[in-house]
Amino acid sequence: MTVSTVTPPRLAGSPGRGEPRRRARTTLRRLLPLVPALILLVVFMAGPILWSVYIAFTNETLTGSASVNSRFVGVDNFVKMFGDEDFRNSLLLTFVFVVGSAVVGQNTLGLIIALLQRGRGRVVRSVVNGVVIAAWVVPEVVAAACWFSFLSEEGTLNEVLGAIGLSQDWLFTAPMIAIILANVWRGTAFSMLVYSAALSDVPGELLEAAAVDGATTWRRLVHVTLPLIRRSILSNLMLITLQTLASFGLIYALTGGGPGTASQTTPLYMYEQAFRYFEIGYGSAMALVMLVIGAVFSLVYLRLIKVDG
Amino acid sequence: MTRVAARWAALVSLTVVTLAFVGPFLWVVLASLQPEANLTAKPTFRFSLENYAAVLNWETVFRPVINSIIISGTTAVLTVVVAGLAAYPLSRYKLRFKRHFMLTLLFTTGLPVTAIMVPVYSMFFRFNLYGSVPAMVLFLAASALPFAIWMMKNFMDGVPVSLEEAAWVDGAGWVRSLLRVVAPLMAPGVAVVTIFVFVGQWGNFFVPFVLLDTPEKQPAAVTIYTFFSQYGQVAYGQLAAFSIIYTAPAVVLYVAVNKYLAGSFSFAGSVKG
Repeated sequence: MTVSTVTPPRLAGSPGRGEPRRRARTTLRRLLPLVPALILLVVFMAGPILWSVYIAFTNETLTGSASVNSRFVGVDNFVKMFGDEDFRNSLLLTFVFVVGSAVVGQNTLGLIIALLQRGRGRVVRSVVNGVVIAAWVVPEVVAAACWFSFLSEEGTLNEVLGAIGLSQDWLFTAPMIAIILANVWRGTAFSMLVYSAALSDVPGELLEAAAVDGATTWRRLVHVTLPLIRRSILSNLMLITLQTLASFGLIYALTGGGPGTASQTTPLYMYEQAFRYFEIGYGSAMALVMLVIGAVFSLVYLRLIKVDG
Repeated sequence: MTRVAARWAALVSLTVVTLAFVGPFLWVVLASLQPEANLTAKPTFRFSLENYAAVLNWETVFRPVINSIIISGTTAVLTVVVAGLAAYPLSRYKLRFKRHFMLTLLFTTGLPVTAIMVPVYSMFFRFNLYGSVPAMVLFLAASALPFAIWMMKNFMDGVPVSLEEAAWVDGAGWVRSLLRVVAPLMAPGVAVVTIFVFVGQWGNFFVPFVLLDTPEKQPAAVTIYTFFSQYGQVAYGQLAAFSIIYTAPAVVLYVAVNKYLAGSFSFAGSVKG
């Protein structure tokens, strides 16, 4: 981080001369432009996180007597949470959703598309990139509408499958598969772009040398390409896990968590508890659990990337 | 496998992938143009702009889209101004906790904003800010800041300091040199960050859904959801037309910054700080 760091000539002087008070004032003046950002970050990001730590230990609600005087209830919310069948169900579904749509779906498909695109003509690449990225740029509510129409009882998929007698209401019979497919469709572009960038850094001579030594396409992929891009793979996995973990709009608009609780991932369950039943304290306890899981993945990500400087 | 066979296998696979990605789009495009559209994408030869005409009124399209423009626009401008200011000392001076600060920002970009919404809602409720668009914009700007500061600092690092030195010799303070020298030179970077934040907020559904109270204030993301969740009585052709109108600006803006964004994907591998 020192590359572009410079001290304005006016202020540089000879370091020994400036008396401490003047140095402190200079530092403060230099930090002045950071103040608006710090205020916003402290009030609207750090504030809510600290607030959630506090209310997670209270019985805060928005209705009834506890809405006026919420009181400290210790770890009650957490005890309740881990005994709550629906919460455990939501954690399991979130796990399935993240593994299915991000780790397996987006990651693998993104890598495969990036690999297949290598050495293809410009037209082919533009068409494939265009379509995959389009699914990513579309707002999540529109993506949900597209998939709703595609999978619903009178939808496009059934129109095709009807001919062989397989039509059914997919959003009811297979809600998890529906939201996983929709999220793979929507998120693959990110992994594809990460892998395209990573693959362009793999030296062609290495692959040619391996080919000359008689390595098959598969062996070149496993023994040359994948080890070289392993950092990109790991950071991509962390990033898409973080994005998928917090996914709300797509699932909410597509299945609403249903039927019943069949596709109710943790963000949806938290939403239901906090905003439909107004159990703010309980909802915050769940928020805290999600924040901790997110923080762990985020820290792993920070360890993986190399920050220059 | 011979080279020719491998080439064909790759092309066939790419075709399958492309068709699979096009599938879900078919309905929204076709239905928006069909007068009696339902949920199936079925090419008919009766096309009209009836659905577009039906939704182009104040309540359905104009008001929500104007709300979206106001919310996303003010968030983007506020974020870029605040991030630009913050990036200046981070890019130009040697500061003691800079590395820690930058790493904390990067860490924050990973935290799930969805999870913060319960405490944010509770705070907004306590301080009587629930339903306030300006308060929500401040929150949105704060949530976009960590990434915006990172991007702005990287763009600012690309502006040579030697150019500023001339201004310093002339006695210009940091405000003047930031506005007159640095800002014009990093205009493309500023545009990228602005559009990036704008498009992000354009698609944001959860935050306005939770923090705004009346339909009059809602952006298009929430209005479309309301439109589409009235199961059974939805005019599907109109829903599709509305979706196209709402999606178009996001796509146009993405195409505009596409070539600048391409470089940021090596981001996942290493980050310049």
